[in-house]
Amino acid sequence: MFIQQFVNGISVGSVYALMAVGYALIYSLLNFTNFAHGISVTIGAFAAFFFLTYAMQNLLSGIIMGVIAAALLAAFIQLVAYRPLLKRNSKRIFLMIIGLGVSVIGDNLIIIAFSGRFRIFPVNFSSESIKIFGANIGVVDIIIFVVSMIALLIVELIIRKTRLGLAIRGASFSLDTTSLMGVNTYKLILTIFLIAGSLAGIAGALLGAKYTTYPSLGTFYTNKAFICAVFGGLGSLPGAMIGALILGVSESMISAYVSTGLRDLFSYFILIVILLVRPSGLMGKSSENKA
Amino acid sequence: MIYWLGVATLVGIYLIAVMGVSILCGFTGMFSLGHAGFMAIGAYTSALLTKNFGIPIFAGIIGGMILAAIAGALLCYPTLKLRDDYFIIVTLGIGEAIKLIILNAVNLTGGARGLSDIPKGSSFISVWAIVIITFIVLRSFINSKHGRNCIALREEELAAQSVGINPIKYKMVAMVISCLLCGCAGGFLAHYMHYLQPNMFSMVKSDELIIMVILGGQGSLTGTVLAGLLLLPLPELLRFGSAEQWRMVFYGLLVVIVILFRPAGLMGMREFTFKDIKNVAKWFRSEYSKKTTRNKV
Repeated sequence: MFIQQFVNGISVGSVYALMAVGYALIYSLLNFTNFAHGISVTIGAFAAFFFLTYAMQNLLSGIIMGVIAAALLAAFIQLVAYRPLLKRNSKRIFLMIIGLGVSVIGDNLIIIAFSGRFRIFPVNFSSESIKIFGANIGVVDIIIFVVSMIALLIVELIIRKTRLGLAIRGASFSLDTTSLMGVNTYKLILTIFLIAGSLAGIAGALLGAKYTTYPSLGTFYTNKAFICAVFGGLGSLPGAMIGALILGVSESMISAYVSTGLRDLFSYFILIVILLVRPSGLMGKSSENKA
Repeated sequence: MIYWLGVATLVGIYLIAVMGVSILCGFTGMFSLGHAGFMAIGAYTSALLTKNFGIPIFAGIIGGMILAAIAGALLCYPTLKLRDDYFIIVTLGIGEAIKLIILNAVNLTGGARGLSDIPKGSSFISVWAIVIITFIVLRSFINSKHGRNCIALREEELAAQSVGINPIKYKMVAMVISCLLCGCAGGFLAHYMHYLQPNMFSMVKSDELIIMVILGGQGSLTGTVLAGLLLLPLPELLRFGSAEQWRMVFYGLLVVIVILFRPAGLMGMREFTFKDIKNVAKWFRSEYSKKTTRNKV
């Protein structure tokens, strides 16, 4: 029972990590929270669902479709909504408000287009399980964990080893100085949104495979992912991953041993406690208002 | 007629909350995504007090206001020092947490089934009297020293601090005012609907409140009221299939367009005065005379 819940928590936590890293990437460069992240997750889930239903019954190709759809959506949002504001150098709060507006539009358009129904992936693994150390472990949990870890590893490698990663690391220290060094920052920001969007797409497709697909999926899970990002320290990638795994495991323990109803309350409670005790999170930099 | 009176009452109830959020978001510059939660506290407190203890509705609403203000002050005090995005996310968390607590406290609030048989009591006259009183009080607050201090904090916190404004104190003032008004609106809503359900106070409602403020102009009370008067009756006018979703799409589009092309909102930081009405009238008259002369030619 314990091992089962632990594995379940790890699998949920790794999906949280995918989304939290998306938040952290954008935050580390632009210092603002991308409120439109949730619709990328939802679109990723729906793209995977429709691909699996009407084209091919192969989860991996469904995930790839989800990634493409979500990344394109994130890039589109960046081009239409954020870029004009970034060019104008407007206040950070306006970026967040426009993100809120975009997410309100997206969430409701998705309900209008696909209706609020809950849909189950035709390729369903939730019933299959394998026995390890006497515990029944769902195949879907293992798939989720492996896929998320591979995706996060690729992102980590891009950031550590490539020239693009060098630019990203530089820009997270100072965007202006990086642009002086000859980096096209607008292109860099677009790339960041593409990366964050594809991670969101993977997360959406995996959530759809584990649970169901419905229009408010993105908003619900990105709120949790944001808590993870705050927990780990806003703008810190390893922090976001660790925070996500801790939250995932503790949520599944709470719902197994205390009560399912209290699980979400616990997450928000954790958020408030972190902000009270250590607002910069596990690995974050300063959280006080800088002038 | 009675139907439209009902719509007007509902618009008035939400206007009270929108004005409160305007003080916090528009004038003090702290964006909150959880004020529907404080409306919920006001609504449920007032409903439970009047239903279970037979307290007059008036007293129930005041009780709800006070509890909402206490909750707001206690929860937000620790985050006031932090950057604005932390404040946004903590208010979001608080709003959702309040909803979840109400949902889980089934014995007290009825949980997801809702709370029914709440005494009736919000009439058109009482609601709009409160709207007018609130408007006048808030106007004097904005024009007072305290209101100006809040505006100074929005513009530049460090500069405001260096001339001796205590940021924590004035942020708390704005927070408490907004929570009081949201609690009040929640109380009226409870006694207008005589039925409450946690989903009435979801994040969508908080988004709506803040969207009104952004569209009306951050830093313009009359602008916010105008935006509210224009947009709040919409759900009643548009009643078809997925109208609720289309309305939110429309709101979202308005927000995107406003931020991209006119970040100041409908009125910017100006207030709408009688002079403006005169100017508008003059403009109409000149346009009209132009048209008539053109016709003559």
